[in-house]
Amino acid sequence: MNGINFIKDIVLPPLLEGTWVTIKLLVFSIPLGLLLGILIAGGRVYGNKIISFLCASFTVFFRGTPLLVQLFVIYYGLPSIGIYFSPFAAAVVGFVLCSGAYHSEYIRGAIQSIKSGQMMAAQALGMSKFKAIIYIIFPQALRRALPGCSNEIVYLVKYSSLAFMVTCIELTGAGKIIATRYFRYTEVFLVIGIIYLLMVSVVTRLLSIVEKKLKIPGLG
Amino acid sequence: MQKDNTIVLRVEDIYKNYGNVEVLKGVSFEIKKGETKVIIGPSGSGKSTLLRCINQLTIPDKGRIWLENQEVTHTKKNINQFRQKIGMVFQDFNLFDHLNALRNVEIGLIKVRGMGKDEARQKAIEELKQVGLEEQANLYPAQLSGGQKQRVSIARTLAMDPSVILFDEPTSALDPELIGEVLEVIKKLALNGMTMAVVTHEMGFARSVANEVIFMEDGKIIDQGSPRKLFTNPEHARTRKFLSKITELYGRSAEKK
Repeated sequence: MNGINFIKDIVLPPLLEGTWVTIKLLVFSIPLGLLLGILIAGGRVYGNKIISFLCASFTVFFRGTPLLVQLFVIYYGLPSIGIYFSPFAAAVVGFVLCSGAYHSEYIRGAIQSIKSGQMMAAQALGMSKFKAIIYIIFPQALRRALPGCSNEIVYLVKYSSLAFMVTCIELTGAGKIIATRYFRYTEVFLVIGIIYLLMVSVVTRLLSIVEKKLKIPGLG
Repeated sequence: MQKDNTIVLRVEDIYKNYGNVEVLKGVSFEIKKGETKVIIGPSGSGKSTLLRCINQLTIPDKGRIWLENQEVTHTKKNINQFRQKIGMVFQDFNLFDHLNALRNVEIGLIKVRGMGKDEARQKAIEELKQVGLEEQANLYPAQLSGGQKQRVSIARTLAMDPSVILFDEPTSALDPELIGEVLEVIKKLALNGMTMAVVTHEMGFARSVANEVIFMEDGKIIDQGSPRKLFTNPEHARTRKFLSKITELYGRSAEKK
């Protein structure tokens, strides 16, 4: 079978199915990871001592250990204490925790870069601290954190391939199966690479549109 | 100048320490309705801390604050209800950088007072007109000059219909040629009967607008009286020295205003 037909008939159908799984992984992991990052960063900067300590520990733990180890613990380890995840769910949980830890650091830095006068002015108007955080601090901090967070999201697109290690057959996993069956690694992984490149390009484009939409003169 | 004898703000024996540094050592004064009180004094004398103690952005160690006969300190009420009524204008403006001028003014109305969007917008536009900036409503802080920023911040404060406004060196961060436009706005408020406490180094302003001038040094009120008395015949040698120094420094520009 020649190269083109092999790719078109044998390789692409399972790869596209895998791509669909990857996209679903990302659709859950990206927003939830970002949300977790916001909560952890907020807890770390504005929480009391205990909350701040817990949030800092979370970040240390999930930034300090390999994602693959985290996935193994979630999928293979947790069942021993009675917590079961499907492969897909285990992957999403791992991605959310890990990318949340990274996002939280970008966001924390951004929060701390906002001048203290912003909070003071909000409180002087009679805003509670909580409202000031939601309406004044976060809208500014998130804009500043966006370039860093975009970076993390692009990483996530690529490290979503680790889901395969907990038997969630996404793009890389599907490719591995095909490549092994036909022993045609070069073509298969070349196609996989191109598909990741396409996904990253789309995500990058979307993020830069968001960045432009949210742009405010003098901020960021 | 509309004035009656109701006391709007009463500050009673305020003390504040930062570590071993005593910043305020028993400061008391009161402001009657419609009065403009100007607080002067060398930097580090506790003027800004005093203003922040009034709306509890800084919690005083001792002493009491009363706003319209309700105690602000040791209150069971939510402090935010008092803060709505105590406007504050900062030296470095502190406009919300992510909001345009209009939204800076309306956000307090919407998020704090719970006003509807249309009504808040109407009121915000009115307040911007008051400070002569309705045309700049859609500009962001980074697109405004220092003087315009400070005027927006005054509009933001006015929108909350405060009982008293505290100005913390409102012109100290401005280029000399922008000071006038801000002082003009503050002067207009004074003439319209707003109750205000103004910390400033602008002696010309103090002379022409203040009902009473307070001279603070080293955390205490040293001298206090009508601008005429304080500027021409201060009780204390220290006040005289400070005034002559500041006049020398700011020269005739301060005299003019």
